[in-house]
Amino acid sequence: MSDTPDYDFCASHDFYGHTACPGCGEKILFRHVLDVLGPETVIVAPAGCAAVTDGVFPHSLSPVPYLHVAFGATASAAAGVRAGLDMSGRENVTVLAWAGDGATFDIGMGALSAIAERNENVLYVCYDNEAYMNTGMQRSSATPLGCWTTTTPASRLKSEPKKDIDAIMAAHRIPYVATASPAFLDDLKGKVERAKAIRGLRFMHLFSPCPPGWKSDPADSIAIARLAVESNVFPLYEVYEGERLRLTCQSSSVPVAEYLKLQGRFKYMSEREAEDMQRAVERSYAALKLRHEKSKVCL
Amino acid sequence: MKRVMSGNETVSQAVKLSRVQVISAYPITPQTSISEKLSEICGSGEMDAKFVKVESEHSAMATLIGASSTGVRTFTATSSQGLALMQELLFWVSGARLPVVMVNVNRAMAAPWTIWCDQTDSVSQRDTGWLQFYCWSNQEILDSVICAFRIAEELLIPCMVCHDGFFISHTHEVIDIPEQNQVDAFLPPRKAEYKLDTANPRTFSGGTMPSMFMEFRYKVQAAFERAQGVIDQTYKQFAQTFGRDYRAVEPYYADDAEILLIASGSAASTVYHTVRQMRESGRKVGLLRMRQLRPLPVEGVLKHLTDGAALAVIDRNLSPGTGGVFAQELRAALHRKGSDHRVHEFVGGLGGRDITAADIEKICDDLDNKTADPAGINWVGLNR
Repeated sequence: MSDTPDYDFCASHDFYGHTACPGCGEKILFRHVLDVLGPETVIVAPAGCAAVTDGVFPHSLSPVPYLHVAFGATASAAAGVRAGLDMSGRENVTVLAWAGDGATFDIGMGALSAIAERNENVLYVCYDNEAYMNTGMQRSSATPLGCWTTTTPASRLKSEPKKDIDAIMAAHRIPYVATASPAFLDDLKGKVERAKAIRGLRFMHLFSPCPPGWKSDPADSIAIARLAVESNVFPLYEVYEGERLRLTCQSSSVPVAEYLKLQGRFKYMSEREAEDMQRAVERSYAALKLRHEKSKVCL
Repeated sequence: MKRVMSGNETVSQAVKLSRVQVISAYPITPQTSISEKLSEICGSGEMDAKFVKVESEHSAMATLIGASSTGVRTFTATSSQGLALMQELLFWVSGARLPVVMVNVNRAMAAPWTIWCDQTDSVSQRDTGWLQFYCWSNQEILDSVICAFRIAEELLIPCMVCHDGFFISHTHEVIDIPEQNQVDAFLPPRKAEYKLDTANPRTFSGGTMPSMFMEFRYKVQAAFERAQGVIDQTYKQFAQTFGRDYRAVEPYYADDAEILLIASGSAASTVYHTVRQMRESGRKVGLLRMRQLRPLPVEGVLKHLTDGAALAVIDRNLSPGTGGVFAQELRAALHRKGSDHRVHEFVGGLGGRDITAADIEKICDDLDNKTADPAGINWVGLNR
């Protein structure tokens, strides 16, 4: 299977001129998600990197209708777009909510939980760069333990683990939850295709490298994304109806340290903290694997 | 068709007659019965609309931002804390030029907790770029909501229709419900020139630089400057269709009044009643009922001002540190128009306290006896 796009909706629509940083994960993800979704898509996006890098008025790189909304408003506005499209006979259009981790894990969490509870027919995608990168690297509840940000400085690194958004979303028993990575494009595109075909709320959690925020080399973005998966820091899986869990990428048990060392944001982490992280990652992955095996039995 | 119904139930009838397509709301006293009735008529299929039942007022307005951007007609209702929670998005709606219509059932802002009426909730949103209408009867609510959609869609400016919590929301009155075909003729389906449309993809409300932003705001201001003309024209056509006539400022015994009382909402009903009684005993008092705060109908006020008339604005709201908002607004607007009328400022009825006929007579006595403070706040019914 090829690891490059086999059709390119975005390239055929003047998809150029974004103002994202070199090595930005979000723009890669955006392009490939949109390639799968195609032109019958409406995007709802809050404040965040995606919003500011889409272009400054009157420029916009989006080849499909794009609605900017306030920071905490993504999920509800997407439900509103859905309602409006449905009331005007446009049920076939995909409503894509496209929000960062701050907008999803933090300020928009209540509204996201509400559209999940109502099972709104929306594809909600979170591009997760693990902090408020657009405002300049402040911690969010997606920031991992032991990580440096401007509000968790070296003198007081983040002392809480990352919020498990995928478990929270799956606990709403929505039809589809998936994690995906720009380092595994076929996996990503397959998941977007499955998500597109499902009705109801679909939640996708995309790993989004951020060189300025992660203090990493822009050329390493995909390598870091690959290591995140291979070390099980960001395992790739999907959950149907909050029940059946399927790991979609075999772990290769690369040490977490390999993932950490390419990123300056982890350089203040002590050896002990890194070891704790290794063990925490192993525990989480073992739990996922167990659910994966159980789900196979259920099938 | 004549029916007896509460102010809030009247709202739901107006929303149905206006063929709203997407509704979103969150419960809050004293608005809740609007949402309940709308849930019922959407659920039964009596009305073909989607009611999105959200988890907060912030989300109610966010939902309408999404829905209205697709070109459909949208509605919400709220009160007090709910309106305040929406505030961020009130700015957003007007900046994005979305013709959302909202009913705000006036309730005081906590703390301390209160569910009772005053208008501080809505008047404090005066800078958010919404038109604001204030009603004193159930019939006026019905008519104002229908007009609001037409006005909002013509100007691409959102409209807030306000009525007083409990005093009006829960009072039953006889109302005349127009026929659906009459309303359809007066208020055709919304035609959105700009909307989320995959056949014509556009980006809405993206980032702007200093070289652009001010022009967006200027255009909003320009829309407000032509708003009164659109409103007056709408009332004219409303009167032709439905036989009920409205003006931005409704006078009662105003033109020869030595004391002119200016009020809005249910307080204006009490003033009306008191003016009638005082006229019977020969006192030259009159009423100007303010039906709008935005745009502020200063021309409508000026038209009725005679030299030497003492002006008393009765505000059921307070902007701490300044005073009553209608008084402040009128004082500034009259000054701008070159009028030298002094505006006496009366603040009362906060948190649901009655503004009684006796209070209004005392206001007139204080003006006659020159015991009213011409420069500061005159408190009505305050226990010091």
